Amino acid sequence: MIRLEQIHKTYHNGSPLHVLKGIDLEVEKGEMVSIMGASGSGKSTLLNILGILDDYDSGNYYLNNMLIKNLSETKAAEYRNRMIGFVFQSFNLISFKNAMENVALPLYYQNVSRKKRNMLAMEYLEKMGLREHAFHLPSELSGGQKQRIAIARALIAQPQIILADEPTGALDSKTSLEVMDLLKEVNNEGMTLVIVTHERDIAVRTNKIIHIKDGIIDSTEILK
Amino acid sequence: MRNIFQEIWGVLRNNKLRTFLTGFSVAWGVFMLILLLGAGNGLKNGVQSKFSWRAKNAITLWAGRTSLPYKGMPKNKEVSFRPEDVSAFLKLHPEVSHFTAVLDRSGDTLSVGKESVFNLIKAVSPDYPSIRNIQIISGGGRFINEADMKMARKVAVIHERTAEILFKSKSAVGRFVKAGKVMYKVVGVYTEDLMQTSPDIFIPLSTAGKIYFPDEKYKNLEMVVDGVNSMEENETFEQGLRETLGNVGGFSPDDPNAMYIRNTISDYLQTQGIFGGIQLFIWIIGIGTLIAGIVGVSNIMLISVKERTRELGIRKALGATPLSILKLVVIESVFVTLFFGYLGMIAGIGLTEGVNALLESGGTKSDMIFQNPTVELSIALSATLVLVLAGVLAGYFPARKAVRVKPIEALRNE
Repeated sequence: MIRLEQIHKTYHNGSPLHVLKGIDLEVEKGEMVSIMGASGSGKSTLLNILGILDDYDSGNYYLNNMLIKNLSETKAAEYRNRMIGFVFQSFNLISFKNAMENVALPLYYQNVSRKKRNMLAMEYLEKMGLREHAFHLPSELSGGQKQRIAIARALIAQPQIILADEPTGALDSKTSLEVMDLLKEVNNEGMTLVIVTHERDIAVRTNKIIHIKDGIIDSTEILK
Repeated sequence: MRNIFQEIWGVLRNNKLRTFLTGFSVAWGVFMLILLLGAGNGLKNGVQSKFSWRAKNAITLWAGRTSLPYKGMPKNKEVSFRPEDVSAFLKLHPEVSHFTAVLDRSGDTLSVGKESVFNLIKAVSPDYPSIRNIQIISGGGRFINEADMKMARKVAVIHERTAEILFKSKSAVGRFVKAGKVMYKVVGVYTEDLMQTSPDIFIPLSTAGKIYFPDEKYKNLEMVVDGVNSMEENETFEQGLRETLGNVGGFSPDDPNAMYIRNTISDYLQTQGIFGGIQLFIWIIGIGTLIAGIVGVSNIMLISVKERTRELGIRKALGATPLSILKLVVIESVFVTLFFGYLGMIAGIGLTEGVNALLESGGTKSDMIFQNPTVELSIALSATLVLVLAGVLAGYFPARKAVRVKPIEALRNE
């Protein structure tokens, strides 16, 4: 599903900062992988490259056997929309849209009619057990509920992979476990997931832990 | 397209404060612009109506006696002009826009019953009020007209104070006044800014010619000249005047005593300067207010887009193309600025027209220094469009920047 070959990335803010120094990585379809690393190790840069939110300098990135390289902004937007679902630490729901509208937003960028996308959004909210909160604004919901809405939003466009950036970082431990259970469930239905975290408790709930240190893959732990 | 409008409507409806602030700044900018321009125009119109009588170059000339021999004629000859000389002169000088010859008749007592005054009778043509600043009072009849001239009617226009003395009332129109042995019917009552102790009484030139001056020789001509806009041009015109009239009147154009000329060119130029100054003042107000409006609108648009950086980042992560984000921001700002700009324009025009209606209903129009404080619709419209354009540009550039920024960090932290 994901294949990275010798990915290099340098940031040029003042003095050049070589963040990724040759990453080789393979994630199979249906896998649930976590990426761990200290801050500054390059894990979020890696996630941005995986999410086509940033380009890389050299190497190759194949997503579903498609080379993702030197894409135009428009093409990148289209790929993000159709192939990648994001789950963020700070949820990143749009504050003035209600739960249903937030979930439906990716379909807006596929030119799905409002009626149809709201109907689909309701279905996904149902799955998340949030049907009765469909018309609530994010500010009226708890952290766990917000993250479940974000997960529903990530799923609605039926992407190839879900990228989660510290999905439990802003949640208490009980809610964290619930969210991880939910992600596991999504994985069980065949979805590929890549989760960036610095919490070992969270990482051990995935199939594979990839440790990143100083811009290279330090070690890979296979679990179960 | 319908999709994007639904989306924009949702954004606007759910961000009422931001929409209101943006809209208010646009509406306020347009409103103040129209208000200040209206006030400036009011001042301009008021000053123009009050000083328009000065905004002309009025030339008065008197014939004298020659001091140089000319074409075989000895010096010390009395100069005068016959009616045919005058019409020949007018043909040669199309820049003369108003003209009258003036004949003075003094020594007659004006009387009505027992009341009498001792005023000068001035015989003039219907152009006279356009040359000298005299006005018929409201409800006070009319000035001498062409029909009076043609038929040499015995009609007179008297000053309001003369009317009060003779008739004990300003309503003298239709009544008769005796001047010497001649009865004149009063057709108009006038007023003038210059306070004369014994104001003139006006009769038609042709009538005076028949009754008092059978030889019809004019020694006093008055006229308004157009298209003379500097001292030098005036000099040239007066030289031409001396040549033409010298030719028909039989004197040398270089003879300083044959003809005396007085002009109001310096008054005219000064008044033109005042009008020009006011015009400049209005331009400065207009451009200054417009700039203030542009800055205000641009500022609020900048802040508005800045506030949305996170939202735009989220949209981008979810697959919004740069174009769709730009479209969202630009169409939204066009919509908001147009709608509220229109409201501001309506409010501004409404207020200035309302004030105008109030001023006009107040009557005594000509006395006010502040008149018709309104703005032309085309100016109001183009000012509104400039502000809308400014708002859109001010929204477009930060939006383009927001689109270019990789949403990574924006999305990571609260």
